[in-house]
Amino acid sequence: MSEALLKVESVTKNFGGFTALSNVTTEVLTGERFGLIGPNGSGKTTLINCISGTLVNEGGNIIFDGQELAGMKAHQRTAAGITRTFQIPRPFHSMTIMDNLRIPIEFVSGSSSSQNEMKDQAMEILETMGMAEKANEETSGLTQIELRKLELARAIAAKPKLLISDEAMAGLTGNEVDEVLDILIKFNEAGMTIIMIEHIMRAVMQFSHRVICLDAGQLIAEGTPDVIVKDKGVERAYLGV
Amino acid sequence: MRFKFEIGCVLVLLACFIFTQADINRFYYFAGFAILQYVMISTAWNILGGYGGYINFGTAGFLGVGSYAAIALIEFYGAGIIEQIVAAGIIAGFLGLAIGFFTLRLKGVYFAIATLALAIVLETIVNNWDYVGGAAGVSILPPRKPELLGILIVDRKGDGIFQNNKEYLFFLMAVMAVMSVWIARTIEFGKLGRGLNAIKDNEEAAECMGVPTLKLKLVATVISGALMGMAGAIFPSYVTYVDPPTAFNLELAVNSLAMPMIGGTFTWIGPVVGSILLGTVQQVAIVTISSEINLLIIGVLLIFFVTVAPQGIVGWFMKKNK
Ligand SMILES: Nc1ncnc2c1ncn2[C@@H]1O[C@H](COP(=O)(O)OP(=O)(O)OP(=O)(O)O)[C@@H](O)[C@H]1O
Ligand SMILES: [Mg+2]
Repeated sequence: MSEALLKVESVTKNFGGFTALSNVTTEVLTGERFGLIGPNGSGKTTLINCISGTLVNEGGNIIFDGQELAGMKAHQRTAAGITRTFQIPRPFHSMTIMDNLRIPIEFVSGSSSSQNEMKDQAMEILETMGMAEKANEETSGLTQIELRKLELARAIAAKPKLLISDEAMAGLTGNEVDEVLDILIKFNEAGMTIIMIEHIMRAVMQFSHRVICLDAGQLIAEGTPDVIVKDKGVERAYLGV
Repeated sequence: MRFKFEIGCVLVLLACFIFTQADINRFYYFAGFAILQYVMISTAWNILGGYGGYINFGTAGFLGVGSYAAIALIEFYGAGIIEQIVAAGIIAGFLGLAIGFFTLRLKGVYFAIATLALAIVLETIVNNWDYVGGAAGVSILPPRKPELLGILIVDRKGDGIFQNNKEYLFFLMAVMAVMSVWIARTIEFGKLGRGLNAIKDNEEAAECMGVPTLKLKLVATVISGALMGMAGAIFPSYVTYVDPPTAFNLELAVNSLAMPMIGGTFTWIGPVVGSILLGTVQQVAIVTISSEINLLIIGVLLIFFVTVAPQGIVGWFMKKNK
């Protein structure tokens, strides 16, 4: 757990005259559980969009696994090993849960497998997520919590080296948060590096080896959870004083 | 059974062939040809529009390009119908690639508007291209005794496979329509179809799940455009007189998207059902009322289905049988 899997170097992103990210520099190490916090509108999702390739950053470099990502499309970054979830779930609503997972399997992680092997791979992940019995259901009948789990399951199905989870736990009860944490830790122990964006402080502090905090597009703190919770700047950013 | 669909295709073609050999009222040829043409065009449209969710308003452009590619080849060296169809498919496919390259980055409604503009621009160009008749149009003289691979295809005295050219073209149209449906179905049950479905559901999520969205959309546009071009290529020989408004036929273009939407866009059988039903209704309306009533019928049905049953006839039946 020593070399950097992801390097974010002076990344800047503007929306018109508004600077959503300004000169953000950080590193995520291989195998790390990495927390990303910050108040609403601080630029967390924007940073994820730049890393996953759905937005193009105007300044700075993003290097993944030794490879400069500039110019790479989102699907190429997914193939290279970065997969993200969406803060507001975006299921493939005309497909069953199983078929949702089969998209990343067919296009990324298991593209040389047979259809039956793909189904098995999808089923295995659904079992880990506790969703196996819903495999053949449409997504329209899912609860908010199940939709969030599906977001995670679908991203995991791409077998990423780096999984980025954007508020997978919003709206979940304490027990459900623990359940999702257990799942993520299990995949992390199997070798998946994970960036977790979260507003639930207990979860992100319990989960992360290291945490960074964004505020108004600037990186204001970086450190282990105990350091971050005591940080005066972080406190100010959240309390708005 | 494993090859149920393929056997069905062969049976349909056989039926169409027998139809050409029987002594049947000319009107039924005309109506049957129109319906087969609709099956092909709406199936082609549905590959991009139904599976991928990108609404193409430019069907008339692809059809017209196919027709005029055929005319140009006839003028140029008297090309046979098969050459015309193949060339029109290639040219319309390239047109799809070019249009797709410039417009598929646009989302939804902008793509639709761009394709509509395409049809208008192309028609204007052909209007001013005298080699293929310009605005006045052009008459086609079908060859008297077409041969294919040394076999006499059409002969009035009965030495060929068909007695006249219309029968031959009818059968060719049937072959192309069945081929289109087979292609659409193969796409639907394959990786391309699943990728296009993901794009339709949520393009950004599809891209982030590893689907090369631009590439798949381009492939779909090329296949869809090529099939439309091929359908257009047979048209000049069939009607023997073409001018720009008939080649860039707006009514066909409206039908090409209305029929899949009414039949159901999510599966290959939707456009087939839509084309056969609406095509038949329209042909009956032409005889019993007037041809002007057709757009009205289509319009009313389209509004009904889009608002009340967006999954179309096929979707409605599937839900009922669940
Ligand atoms: N596509 C966009 N166009 C214009 N402004 C945007 C766009 N996306 C984000 N922003 C703005 O950039 C800022 C950062 O947004 P972002 O979504 O990254 O915040 P966040 O930290 O993820 O917040 P939250 O915790 O609420 O999810 C906000 O002010 C937002 O309004
Ligand atoms: Mg966010």
